[in-house]
Amino acid sequence: MSTALAQKRGLGAAIWDYLTTVDHKKIAQLYLVSGGIFFLIGGLEAMLIRIQLMQPNSDFISAGLYNEMITMHGTTMIFLAAMPLIFALMNAVVPLQIGARDVAFPFLNSLGFWLFLAGGLILNCSWFLGGAPDAGWTAYAPLSATSPGHGVDYYVIGLQISGAGTLIGGINFLVTIVNMRAPGMSYMRMPLFTWASFVTSNLILFAFPALTVGLFLLMFDRMFGSAFFDVGLGGNAIIWEHLFWIFGHPEVYILILPVFGAFSDIFSTFSTKRLFGYSAMVFATVLIGFLGFMVWAHHMFTTGLGPVANSIFAVSTMAIAVPTGIKIFNWLFTMWGGKIRMTSAMLWSIAFIPTFTIGGMTGVMLAAAAADYQYHDTYFVVAHFHYVIVGGVVFGFFAALHYWWPKMFGKVLNEKLGKLAFWPFFIGFHLTFFIQHFLGLMGMPRRYWTYQEGQGLDLGNLISTVGAFLMAIGTLIFVYNVIYTAMKEKKVSGDPWDGRTLEWSIPSPPPFYNFKQTPLVRGLDPLWIEKQDGKTGMTPAEPLGDIHMPNGSFLPFLMSLGLFIAGFGFIYQVDHKGWLALVFIGMGITLGSMLTRSLKDDLGYHVHKEELEEGGGNHES
Amino acid sequence: MSHDDVLNPKEMPHEPEKATHEGQNKFLGFWFFLGGETVLFASLFGTYLALNESNAQDPTRSEMFGLELVFIMTMLLLTSSLTSVYAMYHMKNNDFKKMQTWLAITVFLGLGFLGFEIYEFTHYIHEYEFTFQSSAMGSAFYTLVGFHGGHVLFGLLWITSLMLRNAKRGLNLYNAPKFYVASLYWHFIDVVWVFIFTVVYLMGKVG
Repeated sequence: MSTALAQKRGLGAAIWDYLTTVDHKKIAQLYLVSGGIFFLIGGLEAMLIRIQLMQPNSDFISAGLYNEMITMHGTTMIFLAAMPLIFALMNAVVPLQIGARDVAFPFLNSLGFWLFLAGGLILNCSWFLGGAPDAGWTAYAPLSATSPGHGVDYYVIGLQISGAGTLIGGINFLVTIVNMRAPGMSYMRMPLFTWASFVTSNLILFAFPALTVGLFLLMFDRMFGSAFFDVGLGGNAIIWEHLFWIFGHPEVYILILPVFGAFSDIFSTFSTKRLFGYSAMVFATVLIGFLGFMVWAHHMFTTGLGPVANSIFAVSTMAIAVPTGIKIFNWLFTMWGGKIRMTSAMLWSIAFIPTFTIGGMTGVMLAAAAADYQYHDTYFVVAHFHYVIVGGVVFGFFAALHYWWPKMFGKVLNEKLGKLAFWPFFIGFHLTFFIQHFLGLMGMPRRYWTYQEGQGLDLGNLISTVGAFLMAIGTLIFVYNVIYTAMKEKKVSGDPWDGRTLEWSIPSPPPFYNFKQTPLVRGLDPLWIEKQDGKTGMTPAEPLGDIHMPNGSFLPFLMSLGLFIAGFGFIYQVDHKGWLALVFIGMGITLGSMLTRSLKDDLGYHVHKEELEEGGGNHES
Repeated sequence: MSHDDVLNPKEMPHEPEKATHEGQNKFLGFWFFLGGETVLFASLFGTYLALNESNAQDPTRSEMFGLELVFIMTMLLLTSSLTSVYAMYHMKNNDFKKMQTWLAITVFLGLGFLGFEIYEFTHYIHEYEFTFQSSAMGSAFYTLVGFHGGHVLFGLLWITSLMLRNAKRGLNLYNAPKFYVASLYWHFIDVVWVFIFTVVYLMGKVG
């Protein structure tokens, strides 16, 4: 199958290539583009929310539409923007950092992406088909179980499908990191980003099934007449809150840990120093992942679980501040005495530290259960979680994209434009959300459509909206930078940052088999060690030989298409049983594809040694 | 390892399911998957435990449940787990025919279990009008036990397809991990049933 080495031509061939690809680098691009588009959609929803709240008694959008906006803003940002961007980074970087030619399950990797996209599209179809979900992104029962129309049905089906994709992706990275590491790449030599991806994948594995069950219960109540949340028949709405947060709290660590890992790599690279306290950083990452499962009820302090439960969850929540503090100090000490280069990636990373620390501090305030009765469901909470999610995850994405962009696309994002995007976003962010702490303390509740004049809330909301516009400007400059870089910037070498880890030892973008010869890892920061010894690249761990690669497949797309079709069948069979036909057609496509996958042999192919020697070598193309 | 070595190995190693790199990945990946499945069933158990006394107009658990039928079902499923162990034993000894025979017995026992479960559900529905919609407990009961039953059905279809697909060509290093992973899945279903038997039926009768 040497045809795989030949360049295909034409738009149709390119589209077919992406529809059937199992190459983790291309899947990373798919995740990046779709996650990026959903991020812009979620941002647009945020702007509409802020315009509505700019003035008191505003009717810029109706109350019903406002409910849809807040629901879709949260759902989109968490599930359709942050999650795929996490997977974009993991796909682009993790196999390269551990010296692997591929992930453990290339087919499942592709399936994970297409399931995510199918779910995301279903969710957003709701806008055009009778109204979006409107029960808040947490979809608390009984509101979500009884909300009229099909909005929440779209939420349930869309998240169920994309959640399955996420779970599959998580298992893939777990096995990749355990089984696919290059010789010498022991656990305690793995870069922090890989470590964080490993812990995050564990969290995905053990957190997402709780959401799966929660969504099933809600689906059964809404579509098949069960009574889980129907108090009249003995149901109990608190079950939803528990299941949602047993998933939901680990979810915030699923989002933040990979960017913690990225920050660690960035601080180390641009301070030209090895990471301070590497083993403490690993320990802190694992501990955060572990504690992340023990704090879910701090979202439910006012539910009435009683003082004992509240106290236990308050203490475990506060305990998370300890490993997080370890991380903050280790990043500072990494920079201490280092030869610091102020690149755009570094700028975002340095801005992250004080921003995230403020978010962590308000987190400890919220963890005090008694005080939370005052903060609960006010803008104080909104300010808190935007400080950690935007100040942590979004800043982290910008930093990581600047850092790994050359590895993904072969070009460095324009530095001037990068800094030009940073300042309005950074200033706008603090303008938007800092004031919201005080709006919350003054009693402004979250999720309300509007507020009255003369309650001292006018100026704060105006400032907040102005800040949101600055953030939008920063984002648009970043998007412009991406286009500008693609058009104008020159190709760079495989190692533009004087990197320390394995991904910088191969060309940018890497050949489809990543490493012509598997590298031999001699310690932490393996490339840096070789550089210190006066070498230009890694020492190979094996002689040049045939490389085994997986075949592309159209089946992941088909499986996801089947579920996409079946999803609409499930949603509309409530109105008319004829829609069940779609369920059968869709499930038939999916199960048929699964059967084909199980029964048809697919052993992949080999890239032969001679071909590697001729063309597809490790040199710059 | 060339494709020919995988599909027509000269001699089968003792653990053919882990002889290839792909096999090792499948083995580990499936264990992780079962970890996720554990959380899935744990959530369903939690839901059931929260709602098992919310029977509204329906009869209580001890009025409905009978241990005789469930005991037979338990025996069928436990035995089927044992027979799948025999199948894997013969796989490791590269005795394809005996493996297929024991897998067939496993499938028949599983079918028996499923038949009894369907009988049990229809019995509750017709005798007590205890349905998925009649109370929160009904919803939780049918969801938990039904999810397990769905897993049994999926497992039966899976094992049967593998047996039919490979009936003519015998064991190799490509299909051995598939058989092995399917048997792991079958054990997991069995373990979940042990918990259902205890939490739903025994505790329902006694508690």
